[in-house]
This record gives sequence, structure tokens and C-alpha cells, in this order.
Amino acid sequence: MRSRGLAIAPVGVVALFLLVPVISVLFAGIRPESLHVLMESRTWRIIGFTALQALLSTVVSVALALPATYALHRLRLRLRRLTLAVLTVPFVLPTVVVGLAFRALLPESLNGTLTAIVLAHAFFNVGLVVRVVGGVWSRLDGRMQDVGRTLGMPPFSVFRRVTLPYLRPAILASTALVAMFTFTSFGVIMVLGSPAQPTIEVEIYRRTTQILDIPAAAGLALVQLVIVVVALIWSAALQRRTAMLMRQSSAPPLPMSSKVDRLCVLWTYLLALGLTIPVLALSLRSLRAGNQWSLQWYQQIAAPSGGTTRDIGAFSIVTTSLRYAALATLLAVVLGVLGAMAVQLATRRGVTLEATLLLPLGVSAVTIGFGLLLVSIHGPVDLRGWTFLVPLGQSLVAAPLVMMLLLPILRSIDPRLRFVAATLGAGPLKAWWAVDGRLIGRATVGAAGLACAVSLGEFGATAFLARVDEPTIPLQIVRLLGRPGEANFGSATALAVVLLAITAVVLTATDRGRTQW
Amino acid sequence: MVNGLEVVDLCVTYEGQSLLSHLTVRVGDEIVALLGPSGSGKSTLLRCIAGVQQPDIGCITWNGVDLLTVPAHQRSIGLVFQDPLLFPHLTVGRNISFGTKDNGRVAELLSLIRMPGYADRKPETLSGGEAQRVALARALAPQPRMLLLDEPFGALDTDLRRSLTAEVRELLKSTHTPAIHVTHDEEEAYAIADRVVHLADLQRSSPF
Repeated sequence: MRSRGLAIAPVGVVALFLLVPVISVLFAGIRPESLHVLMESRTWRIIGFTALQALLSTVVSVALALPATYALHRLRLRLRRLTLAVLTVPFVLPTVVVGLAFRALLPESLNGTLTAIVLAHAFFNVGLVVRVVGGVWSRLDGRMQDVGRTLGMPPFSVFRRVTLPYLRPAILASTALVAMFTFTSFGVIMVLGSPAQPTIEVEIYRRTTQILDIPAAAGLALVQLVIVVVALIWSAALQRRTAMLMRQSSAPPLPMSSKVDRLCVLWTYLLALGLTIPVLALSLRSLRAGNQWSLQWYQQIAAPSGGTTRDIGAFSIVTTSLRYAALATLLAVVLGVLGAMAVQLATRRGVTLEATLLLPLGVSAVTIGFGLLLVSIHGPVDLRGWTFLVPLGQSLVAAPLVMMLLLPILRSIDPRLRFVAATLGAGPLKAWWAVDGRLIGRATVGAAGLACAVSLGEFGATAFLARVDEPTIPLQIVRLLGRPGEANFGSATALAVVLLAITAVVLTATDRGRTQW
Repeated sequence: MVNGLEVVDLCVTYEGQSLLSHLTVRVGDEIVALLGPSGSGKSTLLRCIAGVQQPDIGCITWNGVDLLTVPAHQRSIGLVFQDPLLFPHLTVGRNISFGTKDNGRVAELLSLIRMPGYADRKPETLSGGEAQRVALARALAPQPRMLLLDEPFGALDTDLRRSLTAEVRELLKSTHTPAIHVTHDEEEAYAIADRVVHLADLQRSSPF
């Protein structure tokens, strides 16, 4: 069949792009001089701390999110759309900006502590849990709970014995996602963590850029990859075992009917309010110089006074960021659309690619950046400093998100529509365009906006690939934070607010294509 | 004093629309079939009696004692829906024993619904009629003082519906459980019940 070739070609292209960094890490990591890093006790301390912070972050995120998930998806709530938006937007905010916002918010004594890291991670991931679990919770047939109650179960027992078993796969899925994201978190830890207590990602970066011990970095990257893959397979198996067919319906949200309901609603509003505080703290901090209100930091980033090569004007940094992000967005959308179509075609032929789909999400930005760096050093051609490396890395981070956004839409298309188009005389390409193309079109705009926002704020891959004289905004923020003094901190906050503003514009302009998310 | 259930002047509105208007009904030690077209508020009435929905005004009593202040799980009134709504993560036996601590009743109820040996089966392996019989056994297991049946055969084909109608009547009589059986099928209503009432006749000023 001709369409089989059409299906395989994009799979090949996407797989090649996404797998290149992974394969180069595998090859570099499997050597004895790389694996030697596993003999060091420091390595195991780092792995332990990485796992600990990921575990705590995940538990806190899920615990904070569940009551809000209930209120937002089962109860009638005032300002529901706004509240949901406030809870979910943090997920796409630049990691270093969030890290900096928490530094601006938290007292100095919490700087570099586990608490700060866990709080910032929860800020990111609460919305993810609300979305993943809420999507399932809102479809639970409310009569299941009625049955439990009329059989004599008090409300809490009904929750434990009826609702919870039904939610378990979704809770596990969101737990796995949050664990994966926090285990491989980089930007937040670079900004908020203590240098004395690195995670695997930070250590890979330190070994690569500071001690130039590439073999050890490759060994660590391999360890990280193995842990993520094993965790993904384990969680997929767990989810399959707990999955069940519970009756689904679109039950209308109910008015609050108990003290618990009222507490959950109150909690939801408080949580939404709480999530706005770090961003507010950051904005206010960028306007404070000495002990008064001032635009000093904004003036300083616009025209840095240092005069050294390290002080680059904000205008040129923003231009660089936008140029990279534009290229990355283009590439991510092409890869994402091709990837989603390929998975969809393969699924229709009975091949399940769910795990393969999650894998690129699990490959961390640092692995992508480090892998591409290895290719650029050891590859047939020396590509170091090549302008396209940065957008390439950013697009590989963003492409899986584009895929995740488009796949449900592709899956929801009734295949009979294509037959209808075909019977009306449309050729295969025209039929595809008339049905799928139109429907994906709008969603692609939304996905492109998301890819652009992610690329703009991307830190993990960019940190390995960017040239020193051409930093992006997140790189410059981290660089400023690495230097002492109020002026550098102030400038960093001002740059962070600029990046937030650009991200907000991009997301708002493309919002209509993303209503499904 | 009235024996059994008494509903007086019950009014329910949902988003400005009247679902039930000044409904009054009494049910003693008997099986009452409640007839009415779909959307006429039959399910709403059952949900109010069971306690999973609150009426706007009116009162519901049992042997003269107020029920509205009693939460659903303490009313001891069973509810069976059109869909069996079995818990998919539990076996048939665990479904039946869900509302009772007495595991010995499982075998007894399984033989009452003529499904002995089904205790370890999973709900997804049952046919529609079998699943509905298990739902009925599950509702009877905690020995409720009354059973509410909301078009329990609505999803089944005609032959099965006929045989189940007789079976359920026998089951309710043998366990001495009074019941309200909601349906829009007159033949079924007269076959199962001691008394047949039309929902429209119970309301003082029908919204329709």
C-alpha cells in the first residue's frame, strides 16, 4: 500500500532527529572511562539527592492539586476558566524565570534549600496534575458514587472505595509525568539549588563546561537516561494493571453540598492566588533599587555600563532569542505534525506507540543539549558554534509537546469523514487536506505558540549549545545570577520580566488554537 | 401515623426549571409501579427519596420520622439504576458484599438471583441481564427497608425484560422489601406491582 510508505517516511525523519542526541549519549556513555564515574561515591550522593527532590516535589504537587482537581471538575465554580488558567499557565513558563521568582519571593534563609526547589517544582506541576486527573474525574459517572452511598457507605468510604480506584491510573500517570519532569529538572535547580548539592543534570553541566570532563558527563547522562526509561516502563505497566472500564458520562458539575466541598473550593481559590504570588514578587522586585521604586534595572539591561564583552545589551539578547525561537518553532511544528501523523497512521495499523510517544518527553533537555554537543564535537564535521545548533536543540525539546497537543485531535477525527471526502471525488491528498488539514490547522497555531514559548524559555539544551557571545535571555539571566551584587540580581529580574512579557504575548496571541489543552 | 414512606408536597427545580411540583405519595408494605414519560421527573423523585439529591421544599418521612436530615448512607434505602453500574475493579461477590459486612449473604443472594458460582467472576464477563441481577442482589444485600428501581430493565430486550419482571417481583416478595418501580412500560408496571400510579396524578399543579 502506498500510504504505508507515507507513514514510514515521517516516522523515520522524526525518530532520526529525536534519537540522534540519545544515541550519541549512549555511545559516549557506554565506554569504560565514562562508566568510571559510577565508582565515585559523589555520583551516588547526587543520584540520591536527585531522586529525593523529585519524590518530594511529586508528592507535594499531587497533594496540592487533588482537592483543586475535584473542585474544578466536579463542582460548580465561579471564575472556573480563569482559575484553571492560573493553575495551568505556570507549566509553560521559563524554568529560570520561575526559579528567580522564587528567589525573589522566599527569604534568604531558604535560598539553595530543598524546600525552595520543591515549592518551585510544585508551582510548575500542579496544573499538570489538575489537567491529567481532572480529565478523567470529570467523566466519572456520578451515579457510581450514588450507588456507594445508598449501599450505606459514608462519603469518605465512597471516595476511597469507588472514586479512588477509578482515578488511580490517572493519578499514577500524572505522578509519573511530574516525577519525570522534576527528576530531569535543570533550570530551576541551577537558579534555586545549592552548588554544594547538585542534581544529575547540574552535574552533567558542571562536568561538561567547568571541568571539561566529557566522559564522566556522558556516564552520568547515560545513568539518567536509564533511570528515566526504566521508570517510564514501570509506570506504563502499573497503569495498564490498574486500568479499568468504569462507566463514563459527562455529568454536570454539582453545587457544593458538604463541608468538604466548601473546603475544596476555598483551597482551589487559595492555590490559584498562591500561584500568582511568585510572579508578582518577581515583577515588584525588578522595580526596586536600593530602597525605592525605580526603573534602574531596566535602564541597565538596555544599556549595560560594564563595557566588557560579557555585558550585552538587552535588545541584542532579545533579538537573538527571538531569532532562535522562530527557527525552533518552525522546526518543532514540522517535526511535531509529522510525528503525530506517523503515530496516528501506525496506530490505525494496530501498532501501539504510546511508550515511544512518552520517551521523547522523558529525554531531558540536558540530554538533548549534551547529545547534540557530543555530535558537534565528535561528528564527521565540527559543528561547534554553528548557529542552527541552538534552534535545533530547542525544537527537539518542543516537538514532543506539539505531538502531544495534536495527537488527540487527530484521533478524534472520524475516519469515515475521509471516506466521505474520497467518495465525493477527492484524491488522497486532497481528502486529507479537506478533513485532517483543516482540523489540525487551528490546533497547529496553538501548538506553534506553545513551541515558541518553550523555545524562548528553553535553558537545558541551549546552555550546552549557545555561543558565549550570543546568549539567549534565560542564559543571560543565569549568567547574571552567577555574579555577585545587587546590580546583577536586579538586572536578572528585569530580564526575567521582559521574558515573561514576551512569553505572555506569544501565548495570548495563539491562545485560540489551544482551547483543548 | 403512617406506616412506611410518605412524601408530601415535594418540589424540585433545576436551573429555574420545575422538575417536580407539589408531589405527594405514600408507599406502605407493597410494590408500587410509577408510570410517566421520560423527563417527567421520575428519577428525580427516586434520587430525593434515596438522599442523593435534596428537594427545594416538601418533606419525606419513614414511619413518621423525618428522612431529609438523614444522609443517604444512613437511610437504608437501596437504589438500582437502568445501568447495572457494577464496580469494575471488584468481583461479582465483592460487588454484592460491598454494602454489608456479612459475607455469608453472598452465596445466599447469588442463589436467589439464580447465579450460583458467579462470585469470582469479573463484571465485564457478565451479560446485560446477569449484570442487572447482580446489581439487584447488591442493593438487597444490606437488607434495605425499601428498594427504588429506576427503569432497571430499560436497557434490556423484551424477552429478558418479561422474565426478569417476574423474577424481581418474586425476589422482592421473598425478602419482604417494599419497592418503588419506575418505568414507562404499562405492561411491565402491572406485571410487577401491587399498585400502579401515574406520576402526573401525584402532583398538584403539573408543570406540563
